Amino acid sequence: MNETTLSADVNSRGKSLLPSVEAREKMRKKRDFKDKLSRWGITYAGYGVVFALAMIFVYLFYEVMPILKGASVTPQSSYSLPVTSAQTQHLILERYEELGIQYTDDGVITFFEADDGEIREQVELSLPDDASITSFAHSEYIGGVTARGLSNGQVHITKHSFQTSFPNDQRLITPVIDYPFGEAAITIDEQGQPLELLAIETVTRGSGGSMIAALTADKRLLLTQISSKSNLLTGEVTVENNTIELSDVPASPVKMLLDKALRSLFITDSEGFIHYYSINDFKNSRLVATVNAGEGSPITAIDFLVGSVSLIAGNERGELSQWFLVRDENNNYDLTKIREFKSHKNAITALAPEYTRKGFLAVDAGGYLGIHYGTSARTLYLEQETENPLVSAAISQVNGRLLLLDDQQQVQVAGLWNQHPQLSFSAMWNKVWYEGRADPEYIWQSSSASDEFESKFSLVPLSIGTLKAALYAMLFAMPLAIAGAIYTAYFMSPKIRGVVKPSIEIMEALPTVILGFLAGLWLAPFAEDHLPAIFSFVILMPVMMLLFAFIWTKLPAGIRHAVPDGWEAALLVPVILLFGYICITASPYIEIWFFNGSMRQWFTDVGITYDQRNAMIVGIAMGFAVIPTIFSIAEDAVFTVPKHLTQGSLALGATRWQTVVGVVLPTASPGIFSAIMMGFGRAVGETMIVLMATGNSPVVNFNIFEGMRTLSANIAVELPETAVGSSHFRILFLAALVLLALTFIVNTFAEIIRQRLRARYSNL
Amino acid sequence: MKTWFKSGAPWIWLNGGAVAICMIMVVGLIGLIAVRGFGHFWPADVAEIEINDHTGKQTVVLGEVVRSQTIPSAVARDAGNYVPDDIELVTRYLIKQGNRDQTGRDFVWYLELGMEDFRYPDTAYVVERREWGNFYGYPLALQREGEVIATAADANFWPMIQESVDRSLKLHRDIQRIEKGEIGRISTRLNELRLDLRRLDLRDPPADVRAAEEARVAEARAQLEIDYQVLRKDLDVLYQSTKRDTLQMRMSDNKEVAISLADIVRVTAPNTMSVPTKMGQYVERLWEFLSEQPREANTEGGIFPAIFGTVTMVFVMSIMVTPFGILAAIYLREYAKQGLMTRIIRISVYNLAGVPSIVYGVFGLGFFVYFLGGNLDRLFYEAALPTPTFGTPGLFWASLTLALLTLPIVIVSTEEGLARIPSTIRQGSLALGATKAETLWKVIVPLATPAMMTGLILAIARAAGEVAPLMLVGVVKLAPTLPVDATFPFIHLERKIMHLGFHIYDVGFQSPNVEAARPLVYATALILVILIVVLNLTAISIRNRLRERYRSASD
Repeated sequence: MNETTLSADVNSRGKSLLPSVEAREKMRKKRDFKDKLSRWGITYAGYGVVFALAMIFVYLFYEVMPILKGASVTPQSSYSLPVTSAQTQHLILERYEELGIQYTDDGVITFFEADDGEIREQVELSLPDDASITSFAHSEYIGGVTARGLSNGQVHITKHSFQTSFPNDQRLITPVIDYPFGEAAITIDEQGQPLELLAIETVTRGSGGSMIAALTADKRLLLTQISSKSNLLTGEVTVENNTIELSDVPASPVKMLLDKALRSLFITDSEGFIHYYSINDFKNSRLVATVNAGEGSPITAIDFLVGSVSLIAGNERGELSQWFLVRDENNNYDLTKIREFKSHKNAITALAPEYTRKGFLAVDAGGYLGIHYGTSARTLYLEQETENPLVSAAISQVNGRLLLLDDQQQVQVAGLWNQHPQLSFSAMWNKVWYEGRADPEYIWQSSSASDEFESKFSLVPLSIGTLKAALYAMLFAMPLAIAGAIYTAYFMSPKIRGVVKPSIEIMEALPTVILGFLAGLWLAPFAEDHLPAIFSFVILMPVMMLLFAFIWTKLPAGIRHAVPDGWEAALLVPVILLFGYICITASPYIEIWFFNGSMRQWFTDVGITYDQRNAMIVGIAMGFAVIPTIFSIAEDAVFTVPKHLTQGSLALGATRWQTVVGVVLPTASPGIFSAIMMGFGRAVGETMIVLMATGNSPVVNFNIFEGMRTLSANIAVELPETAVGSSHFRILFLAALVLLALTFIVNTFAEIIRQRLRARYSNL
Repeated sequence: MKTWFKSGAPWIWLNGGAVAICMIMVVGLIGLIAVRGFGHFWPADVAEIEINDHTGKQTVVLGEVVRSQTIPSAVARDAGNYVPDDIELVTRYLIKQGNRDQTGRDFVWYLELGMEDFRYPDTAYVVERREWGNFYGYPLALQREGEVIATAADANFWPMIQESVDRSLKLHRDIQRIEKGEIGRISTRLNELRLDLRRLDLRDPPADVRAAEEARVAEARAQLEIDYQVLRKDLDVLYQSTKRDTLQMRMSDNKEVAISLADIVRVTAPNTMSVPTKMGQYVERLWEFLSEQPREANTEGGIFPAIFGTVTMVFVMSIMVTPFGILAAIYLREYAKQGLMTRIIRISVYNLAGVPSIVYGVFGLGFFVYFLGGNLDRLFYEAALPTPTFGTPGLFWASLTLALLTLPIVIVSTEEGLARIPSTIRQGSLALGATKAETLWKVIVPLATPAMMTGLILAIARAAGEVAPLMLVGVVKLAPTLPVDATFPFIHLERKIMHLGFHIYDVGFQSPNVEAARPLVYATALILVILIVVLNLTAISIRNRLRERYRSASD
């Protein structure tokens, strides 16, 4: 009631400045709405930004995670072999994972649908009438060449391949059987003995040719070079062969293998020994060594990894090991055990190497399937697939599907996910023994032109490079920045300080690409030409400064008092410039007097590697980039030391320097420490300077005259050129994540120290 | 002496020396870039040098003296020069002798031994060409359609050359206009038509719609083809016409060379120029550098696309980073509960400013380009696939990546500004009955605007100088088109751009002729340094003024 009368009252007295109640109510609602809108809008935007920044972590993790995953196998179907009437010798799964190939010992090649085992096509080979197949061999998988040894001493060679065509926009895969050495069988043994064991390798690239090793029923070991010429007009193939007989035949040979370089022949026997023959010099092929690879257990399966450098041997105890030839100081090759894989519990029955990577499948008599990888020594999968013993396995060229065969002639088809087997903690951080190397080493070499290339993903050279660059940068920056900060904050006259501080802080904003380009194009050649100048400047400069300071104290008081306290730095500028000029002018003379005319050459003569773009250049350029970071934080820390502390110290009779050492530095030390950490964080992540001022070679040393490759420069160089989703791509993301985490931790630590310090100052 | 050491004074001097060295380095660096950068445009005199080597052979070298150097003779001998045994030090000169098409070596070191005095003949001409760099030589004659119309001795020789050069420059501009502009437009249209057809296949509409669309495309294509033929004919005429004149020149080794006027950008005789003329030349060249397209794998010509690309990218970035940075800062300072969580977030955001920029580049490439861009392409640009539109590095992703990179800078700066506003102002506003939003938008934010400006300027300065992440997300060495042009939608966010910083890296380190590229790199670096120093000084002065203002406000 009151309210109505009041408003009526107001109305009756004429127009009020206030709007009516309804209008005010409306307005209040509107204001309330606006307030809420603003609150929620800003809150959402705030969350959004925090979320976006957190995304960086999440996303990098998401890209790196698949590295940690092992392999997974998903069973798809199971059926019995298309041909069960004869013994299966070889099983293949083609590139598109549509067709399988079964080679049987009745001379039939069967192409079947990988999904259900239905026969697509069968090829019966035209073998001589009186002969039967007594042995079988295949070349490296990707070549598709197979050979059958016959009971009459002949060898029949075929090559399978697939033609892909797209009639009606549908992919059609047509199997093709070729006869690279003609359709007729080739006589290897003139005496016509059955060939009990066989090995074949054909070199398709270059002028290599092909080679066959055969063991006859009467234990003669024959080695044959074959080459074919096809007549361009008639298409007729003429085959030439050249056979020698090797001595030193092992007692009970089981399997023979020829490498692709046609340099070595390996024969395993039933005792678990590998006999290594050098066949590099064909006429003088000889047994070189016999190695106990099975260690008391017969080798039940052996095969090459892709590239036919590494041998994988599996024995009856289920142990798997990798071997290759290592050259010693005398240029002799020794078959050396490189690494072992996680052991199966049952005898290994068959191996199936991957086509383009150094991985392989191993199946055993207990029905287990193992997926292993050579370089990283990782076992990605080891599970029982069936109750029955497995006898054979095949993997497709793209590592997406596999076939397993058990002793009941049942085929199991399974999908495979195995994207990143070559990465493991030990492959990235430990020494790894790579193919063709004399010792285990840390190497970063991510790509090469050939398929058989073993990727070398050791992060050690990059991490060492990063630390090396940061170390030399800090070595250069720390003394200058900290000493400079102390002087600027404590001794310098306010007038110069007002100029010096902003100038050095502007330096921080200078694009690093400019520092990098000056370092690479100006400083590096300059330093190379004036090495003595650089060294004499670094060593003698402090001495010169002290000398000048001492002379200054001896000058007449009139001159000394003309320059007020806090101008020492300005007085030193001409001294430094003059001395620098003297150093540069004297540089060639020093080279002539002490270094036979060229210091650069002298370094080489005494055995120090000198690269033009080296760690010293990076140290100076990157030091230049981190000086402002360290300087500005350290200067703040020193400057904000409470005045009553220093004044107390001075009042007690301490000199200015004693006050600095005894009072200011201890108080400000956490701040200076945090400045150093910030500087370190910046040096670790800097990209352009190291990219431009070093040769970017991933070396593992701390030589100041050699370059380095850092994690960040490596990302900048390699990421634009790598395939999305590949292991290389993910390891570069890992490098980024490492950098992010490292700098984040360092910076957080520094920030916390700084906040503590601020709290301490306010208590003092 | 001992007492002097005990007093600690030497240490103070050493600390002072550190500051002095730092300052010398800063000033020296800026000075080096400025001298080399500005020096690049000065028309240098052309020296003629006679060199008699120890075998008595005489060579004449014509070119600009780039720099000289004194080296121990052992170094010179290692480089394959003959130096008598009794000489310990020799001076050598780097001569820019141009004529790369003739000799293959445009920069050569010559030892001072056996050198006669430098001469600066008035007849030495510098011919700037579109290809092969400069030509240094003596003029012989000007030919038109194979007939000599003026010889070097003629009085009107110089004006006639200039007239010819002007004419060919004009023709060149016409050719450029047709090739880049009109023919470019036709090919864009043709590409659009191709995409229309592809879209038709994807949509699979009823037969009559399809037929109509196909007819439309065919008709448009035919029309474009006709237009193209007309332009082609015009172009042929222009090309024929540029070949009219040739300049006959003699090199320092008396070899005669004919240079078609079609290849010539400028003909100068620097030795005859007075200082004011040279200054005129200087300004002309500087302007050309700022406003023209690069030539010769970026080692000659201008850097306009790089400047334009940098500015566009920074502009797009600012549009994205400003609102989000400011809102996030307001949230953290005004709305968030000031507890442990907020403190953690604040420290994290501050620390992100110290995270290596390459990490942002990796994130941008993986998340923005491949993930977001790939999905955008699948949704909206299906017809163009497999050619990616947004699924490849480009302007938008570069800007977005840099926005993320500079977000912490804007947040930190804005928060600082907000924190500095005296709480009395805030409380006064609230006490007068204003809501929180009103206090914020009408009182606090206007007061904090300079701080936000500072943050934005610092962000721009950082973004303009950043190169490492851009190498991954959208910057290329040579972009065929600018990101902004007259065709719809005018600003092309998917295009790749050129960038000053990347230009420095690319020209300095990836170009085949480092010596020729060097002055240009210095000049580009100078432009970038000026840009960044100016931006930073602006930010600093705004910050200082701001401090003064609050100091008086809080009193």
